[in-house]
Amino acid sequence: MAHEATMSPLAHADDHHGEHHETPNVFGFWLYLMTDCILFGSIFAAFAVLRNQFAGGPSGKELFDLTNVGIETAILLFSSITYGFASLNAMAKNKTMVLLWLAVTFVLGASFVGLELNEFSSMIAEGNGPDRSAFLSAFFTLVGTHGLHVTCGLIWMLVLMVQMMGPQDLSERMMNKLTCLSLFWHFLDIVWICVFSFVYLAGVM
Amino acid sequence: MAQAHTAHDGSHGSYSAYLIGFVLAVILTVASFAAVMTHALSPGMALAALTVLAVVQIVVHLVFFLHMNTSSEQSWNLMCFIFAAASVIVIIGGTIFIMHDTAINMMSR
Repeated sequence: MAHEATMSPLAHADDHHGEHHETPNVFGFWLYLMTDCILFGSIFAAFAVLRNQFAGGPSGKELFDLTNVGIETAILLFSSITYGFASLNAMAKNKTMVLLWLAVTFVLGASFVGLELNEFSSMIAEGNGPDRSAFLSAFFTLVGTHGLHVTCGLIWMLVLMVQMMGPQDLSERMMNKLTCLSLFWHFLDIVWICVFSFVYLAGVM
Repeated sequence: MAQAHTAHDGSHGSYSAYLIGFVLAVILTVASFAAVMTHALSPGMALAALTVLAVVQIVVHLVFFLHMNTSSEQSWNLMCFIFAAASVIVIIGGTIFIMHDTAINMMSR
């Protein structure tokens, strides 16, 4: 494949140093993340404008359960470091441990999405869905977009785990894929910092 | 794990770098929650504290988890990030400024 051919000089350099270097794929993915950053910035801007437009409905103070948010935050933070351990094992070409840490990360990510869906469904069941007020529309859009990203990351993680199974070694292409998902996963944790700070914590003040 | 961490100074991470980042992130997160949940600060002060803590935690994540640095190998990554961050600041700051002024002049608050 032409793709493999263009990558091979870098792959050689990697073997030589035993260190993973950045390729054009990773830089391209980084550029995508920067556009995603601007997407989230726009939704945060919308939320900032609408955060006090309750339309007589409930405010964040009545709706948000900070214990739940704290657990979600802890889960995402743990999943960041478990993905980091997967990356380190990938650099050490220890595939079994990569799969193990990815599985741990997947479980953590899935429980985050589960907690979030649980929060959403109980809010909607109480009549406080996105149609209740502009504040809630903005809330569901912002937190839902983040949750959707996490879900996509989970699907991606699952695909990579399936691709990694089997006897073959970790290829240079697989290393690139793992690096891209690592950037994506850590980026989502950064977005979550802004969500718990400016949506939940600022919302209950 | 006999890699060139020491030579590369963790440009792609090491266990210690991840653990340092994790501990710092936990401290900053707990501080954010404490700033709001203890009600020790006035709402304005608490919001300022949240902003500072969030910015510091973002930097911690960028450095320890996304391995951003100022090496020449990464200069394009850094430049793109600075451009994106500047755009986000303009989008959010500009929106808040304009909509706040509009709200005041239209007396919609």
